[in-house]
Amino acid sequence: MLEKLAILTIQLVVLVTALTSVVLTLVWVERKALARLQRRMGPMRVGPHGLLQPVADALKLLVKEDLVPAQADKLLFWLAPLVVFVPSYVIWITIPFGQGLVVRSMDMGLFFIVAFSTLSIVGMVMAGWGSANKYAILGGLRSVAQLISYEIPIIMVVIAIAMLPQSLNLSTIVEDQRAVPYALLQPLGLLIFLIAGVAEVGRTPFDIYFAESEVMGGPFIEYSGAHWAVFFLSEYVHTFAIGILTALLFLGGWTFPLMPDVVWLGFAWVMLKTYLVVLVIFWFRGTFPRLRIDQLMSFGWKVLIPLSFVNILITAACLFYGLPNVVMGLLSLAATAAVAYAIYRRMTLPARETAEQRMARARAYRRVEVRDAG
Amino acid sequence: MAIDKQLDTLEVMLNMGPQHPATHGVFRMVLSIDGERIVDVEPHIGYLHRGSEKLCEHEQYSQIITLFDRLDYIANFNNELVVCMAAEKLMGTEVPERAQYIRTILCELNRIASHMLFYGTFALDAGAMTPSMYAFRERERIQQIFEATSGARMMHNYFRIGGVKQDVPEDFSQRVAASLGPIKETIEEADNLVTFNEIFLARSRDVGTIDGKTAVALGLTGPNLRASGVDYDVRRVQPYLVYDRLDFNVPLGDRGDCWDRFWLRIREMDESVKIVEQCLAQMETGPIMAPMRRISRPPKGEVYVHAENPRGDLGVYLVSNGGDRPYRLKIRPPSFCNLMSLKHMMRDAYVADAIMVLGSIDIVLGEVDR
Repeated sequence: MLEKLAILTIQLVVLVTALTSVVLTLVWVERKALARLQRRMGPMRVGPHGLLQPVADALKLLVKEDLVPAQADKLLFWLAPLVVFVPSYVIWITIPFGQGLVVRSMDMGLFFIVAFSTLSIVGMVMAGWGSANKYAILGGLRSVAQLISYEIPIIMVVIAIAMLPQSLNLSTIVEDQRAVPYALLQPLGLLIFLIAGVAEVGRTPFDIYFAESEVMGGPFIEYSGAHWAVFFLSEYVHTFAIGILTALLFLGGWTFPLMPDVVWLGFAWVMLKTYLVVLVIFWFRGTFPRLRIDQLMSFGWKVLIPLSFVNILITAACLFYGLPNVVMGLLSLAATAAVAYAIYRRMTLPARETAEQRMARARAYRRVEVRDAG
Repeated sequence: MAIDKQLDTLEVMLNMGPQHPATHGVFRMVLSIDGERIVDVEPHIGYLHRGSEKLCEHEQYSQIITLFDRLDYIANFNNELVVCMAAEKLMGTEVPERAQYIRTILCELNRIASHMLFYGTFALDAGAMTPSMYAFRERERIQQIFEATSGARMMHNYFRIGGVKQDVPEDFSQRVAASLGPIKETIEEADNLVTFNEIFLARSRDVGTIDGKTAVALGLTGPNLRASGVDYDVRRVQPYLVYDRLDFNVPLGDRGDCWDRFWLRIREMDESVKIVEQCLAQMETGPIMAPMRRISRPPKGEVYVHAENPRGDLGVYLVSNGGDRPYRLKIRPPSFCNLMSLKHMMRDAYVADAIMVLGSIDIVLGEVDR
C-alpha cells in the first residue's frame, strides 16, 4: 500500500515537473516561431538564443508583487487560478507519452480528459467576477460562452474517434492506428478537433475572451505576479494537451509510421508530433485576425457542431455497412473540401469581385476625363 | 414564474481609454453597453490639447511650420505643406518646379507611410499581430528616406514658405525607386494576408457602415468619405502642387463599412506608388526655393487653403494683418471631423466592433486635440 503510494507520488511529481518545464520550452518556441514569422529575432539576450528567457520570466513573475484590487472578491480572486490550474494538470494522468508511459491507463480515458478540461471554465468565471473589473466580467462571460460551445464539437469528434477502435482508452486508440492514422480516415474530424481545440485554449483566432485590443486580458486583467503565472502556465499546458491529443488521436501517436516497439523512440515520436501540432497553433497566432464573439458562437453552433454530426454519420455509416477505409477517408475529405469552398465562396470571392469592379470603375473614370481634356 | 417575464437588465458603462491600448493615443470613449452590444458612445477628447492654433499667433511664419509637424504626427509633410501653401497663396509666391515635385514625392511617400501604419494598427485591432511588423518595415524604409532628406525622422521642418529647406540628397531618386519595389510587394502581401482573409472580412464587412449622404453631412473627408462612395479627392477636385499633371485613380467604396475603408487605403497606397514613380520620371533639376525675404510678411488679407491628407481634407484658414505673425490661424483637422461619425458608425455594433470602427476612422490624436 505504502509502496504504491510512494510510486504514485513519484509519478505525479515527475509529471508535474516535466509538464512545467515543457511549458517553459513552449514559451520559448512560441516566441521564436512568432519572431520568425514577424521578421524579428525574438529573445536573444538571456542564454544562447534566449534559451533561458522563460526561466528569467518565470523568476520575475514569482518575485513580482501580487496585487489584489480593493473591490475584489478576495476568495474568488485567489481561488480562480487554482480552479483553472488543477484540471489542466489532472487530465495528464491518463495521457500516454509513449507505449506504457502513462500514470493511469483508464478505459474511460478520453471521457475523463473531456470532463476535466471543461472544469477550468469555472475558474475563468471566478476570475472574471472576482476581479471587480468590467473588462474582466466581459471577458469572463465571453469565456463561458466560448468554452462551453466549443466543448461540444470536441466531444462529438471524440465519439467518432472512439467508434473506430471501440474504446475510450488512449493507448488502445493509438495501437489501433498502427496501419492507418485516423487523420487519413477522418480528416474532417482532425479539422474540427484542431479548430475546437484552438478555441478551447483561447488562442488566435479565438483569443476572444482575453483579446488584448478589446478587453485587455479579460479575466486576467487584474492578476499579476505568481497568480498570473499560474493562469499562464495552465494555458500553455492546455495548448500542449491539445497538441498531444491531436498527435495521439489522429496522427498515430507512437505507432505510425512503422515505429518499432521501443519506448523511448515512441516517446520521441509523440513529442515530435505534438510539437508540430503546437507549432501549427502558433502559426495560426501569427497569421489570423480574431473573430468576434457572436461570429464565434454562430460558427461553433451552425458550422462546427453540424459538421461534427456529419463526421459521426460518415464514420457510423462506413462502420455499419463495412465499407473500406478508403471510402471513409474520401467521404470525410470531400466534406472538408466542401466546407472550405463554401466559406471561400461566401466570404473571399465576393470581396475580390467587388474590389475588381471598383478598381475598373476608378480606371474608367480617369480615361473619360483624359479624353475630355484632349 | 412566467417565462415571458422580462428580465431586468442593466446597461453598463464601460470606460474605454484614455489608457486603453486600442484607442490609438489618449482618446476616451464612454460606452453604454447592453451585454456585448453598444447602446451609446460618448467620445471624450482633449487629452492632448496644446493650443496649437493660439501658439501660431505668437510665432513667425517660418516657426509655425514645425507646429504643424506636431498636428498629424503620422503625416508630417502633408501638414507642413498646407501651412506653407497658405502663406504662399497670400503672398502670391510661385514655388519653383523642382520644389513642387519634391513636395509631391515626399507627401505621397508620407501618405504611404501613414497608410502603412494604418494597415498595421488596424490589423492589430482586428487581432492579427504580424501585419504590424511588416507595415513598420515598409514605413521604416520611407522614414529613412525622410531622415536622409530632412535630417529628422518625424518632425521634419523641411518645407519652407516658397520652397523646401535644401535640395534632396544626390541618390534620392535611386533610394526612392529602390524602396518602391518592396512597398509594392508588401501591398500585395497585405491583400493576401489581411484584406481578403475570411476572418478579417467577417469582422469588417458591414461593420460601422455610414452612407454617403450622412458622411457628407457630418463633414467626413478623405478615405472615410470615399469609402462611402462619394467621389471627393482634393488632389483631383482642386489640384495643387503638380497633381494636375499626374495620372492616378481615385478608388471609391460603396458600402462605407470598415472593410471599404481598409481596402480603400490599401488601394491608395498603390496609387501613391504610381504618383511617386511619375514624379521621379518628370522631376528636373532647378532651384528649390523662390526668392524670398528672410522674414515672410504676407500682405493684409485672409486665405483658406486645403489639401488631401492621408486622413482627409486638411484646411488652414489664415488671416494676416501684414505682420510677421498670423493674426489668426484656424485649422480644419480631418481627424477631428471624421471622429464625429463615431456615433453613427457604432450604432448597433458590438464591443469588439467599437475597436474596429475607431481603428478604421484612423484618427491621430495630435490632430484631433491640436
